[in-house]
Amino acid sequence: MRKKKLKGNFNQTLAPLLFLSPNIIIFGLFIVVPAILGLRMSLYQWSILGEPVFIGLKNFTELFGDSMFWLTLKNTLIYVFLAVPLLLVVSLLLGLLTAHRLPGIGIFRALYYVPAMLSLIIVGISWRWILGEEMGILNYLLKAAGGMPVHWLTTDTMAKLSLVLVTVWATAGFYMVMFIAGLQAIPDDLYAAASIDGANKWQTFFRIILPLLRPTVLVVLVLSTINAFKAFELIFVMTGGGPGYATKFQVQNIYLVAFEQDRMGYAAANSIILLAIIGLLTMIQFRMTRGELAGE
Amino acid sequence: MNRISRYIVLIIVAYLIIFPLLWIVVSSFKPQRELFIYPPKLLPMRPTIQNYIESLKYGDWLLYFRNTCFVAVVRTVLMVVINTMAGYALSKFIFRGRDAIFYSMIATLMIPLQVIMVPIFLLLKSLGMLNTLWGIIIPPSATPTGVFLTRQYMLSIPNSMIEAARIDGGGEWFIFRRIIFPLSQPIVATVGIFSFMWSWNDFLWPFIVISTSKLNTLQLALANFVGQYQINWGSLLAMTVITMIPMIVVFILFQRSFIRGMTAGGVKF
Repeated sequence: MRKKKLKGNFNQTLAPLLFLSPNIIIFGLFIVVPAILGLRMSLYQWSILGEPVFIGLKNFTELFGDSMFWLTLKNTLIYVFLAVPLLLVVSLLLGLLTAHRLPGIGIFRALYYVPAMLSLIIVGISWRWILGEEMGILNYLLKAAGGMPVHWLTTDTMAKLSLVLVTVWATAGFYMVMFIAGLQAIPDDLYAAASIDGANKWQTFFRIILPLLRPTVLVVLVLSTINAFKAFELIFVMTGGGPGYATKFQVQNIYLVAFEQDRMGYAAANSIILLAIIGLLTMIQFRMTRGELAGE
Repeated sequence: MNRISRYIVLIIVAYLIIFPLLWIVVSSFKPQRELFIYPPKLLPMRPTIQNYIESLKYGDWLLYFRNTCFVAVVRTVLMVVINTMAGYALSKFIFRGRDAIFYSMIATLMIPLQVIMVPIFLLLKSLGMLNTLWGIIIPPSATPTGVFLTRQYMLSIPNSMIEAARIDGGGEWFIFRRIIFPLSQPIVATVGIFSFMWSWNDFLWPFIVISTSKLNTLQLALANFVGQYQINWGSLLAMTVITMIPMIVVFILFQRSFIRGMTAGGVKF
C-alpha cells in the first residue's frame, strides 16, 4: 500500500504516539483493563462489597454443573443457529433485489435500511405492540385472513421464533448494504459471458455470483454470529426472558448472576466461556470459507 | 424478472418492512380508548396528540431527551476527534509496534461489550464514574471501527502533500488539522454519523452506568417503562416515536455517508 516511506524526522516516533494516545488511553482503560480484570475475577469469589476470595477454578467447575448455564446456552445457540442463516438468506435476497441500477432504487435501499438504524429497544417495543395476543394487529390480520391467532410471545417455541424474526427484520438491512457492495464489485462482463455460454439464471447465481461473494458472505456470517450472541435489548423489552426461561440467553444470565445475585466472579467465568464459544465459532467460519476458497 | 415485476416486488417488500413502523406512528395518535378496540382500525377515528402531551407533561421525558442529546453530541465529537487522530497515526507514520497496535484493536472488535460488562461496572465504580453522564460518554468513545475506517481512507491520501507541508515547516498538529482532516471530510462524516447513531441508540452502557432516573437516556427510560407492571401503551408509543425521529432525520440527511461507511467496512474487513 505504502508507496514511499516518510522521511526521518524527530517527530516521527513522538507525533504518532501523541495522536494515538487519547484513543489508546481510553481504549486501554475501558476495554483492555476490564477484559484482563474479567479473567482475574473468574478465579475469585467476588461480590460488590465483600473482599474477593481466591477460589481457583471453582467457578468453572460449578458452571459446568449449573443447569441454568446449560439452559441459557442451549437457548442462545438455538437463537444463533436460527437467526444467522435466515439473516444471511434474507439480506442476500434484499441485496440481489436492489444491487442493480434502476431508477429510484436508492429510495428502496434506504427504506430497507431504515429498521437497521433504529435502536433495538425501539424495535422491541414496536414489535411487542404488533405481536400483542388480543389486540395486536398481526393476530387480527391472521384472523381476518381466516387463520388462527398465534401466541407470539407466550409459548416457548413461538417466543424464540418471534425473537428470531424480529432480529431478521431489524438487522437484514445492515447486511443487505454489504451484499450490495459485494454484488456491485462483480464485473458486468462475467454476467455477459455467462449468458453467452448459455448459463441460466440459477447457474449464473450458484456458479458465478455466489463463489465471488464469498468474502462478503464470510463478513456477514462472522458479524451476524457475534451480534446474535450479544442479543440483550430485544429480550429485555419483548419477553423479559420468558415465558419461564424460554428466551433467557447467556448474556441475560450473566447480567442476572452478576447484578442481582451479586456473584460477579461466577458471572465473569460464564463470560469467559461465552467469549470462548464465540471465538471458536468465528474460527470455524473463517476455516470453512477459506477451505472452500482453496478448493476452488 | 422484467422491470415492472421487479418494481412490484420492490414495493411489496418495502411495504412489509415499513408497515410495522407506520403502525407504531399511527397508533401513537390514537386516543387511549381506541388503542384497545377490536377490531383495530387502520387509521385513528379521532386522531389526537393527547399521548404526546400527557407524557411530556407528567413524565420526565424532556429531561431524558436533553440527557440523550447531550450524550450523543458530546460523544460524537469525542469519537470523531480521537478516532480520526488514531487513524492518522496508524496510516501516515511508520513506527515500531504500529501494526501490532492496529491489529490488536481490530481483534478486540470480536469482544462483545456484553462479555466484559461486569468488570467494566466495577472499574467505573472505582473511578467514580457510575451515575454520571460522562460514564456513558467517555468509555465507549474509542472504537476500533472508527479507527479502521479513517485509517483505510487516509492511506489513499498522497504522502507528498504531507511532505510538502513539512518542508514548509508545518507542525504535526497543523498538518493534521489543516490538511489531513479536511481531505478526509467524507470519512469523517461517515464516522460522525455512525457515532451519533451508536450514541443515540446505545442501551447497554447507560444500563450499566446509570441507576438514578434523573440521568436516564431515552432508550433507558423506554426500557424501564416497558418493565412496569401496567404498561401505558399510549405514552410508550408516543415516546417511542419521539425517540425515533432524530435518527430518521439524520438518516434522511446523511444517507450517502451511511452507505459509504457500511460498504467500506464490509468490503475491506
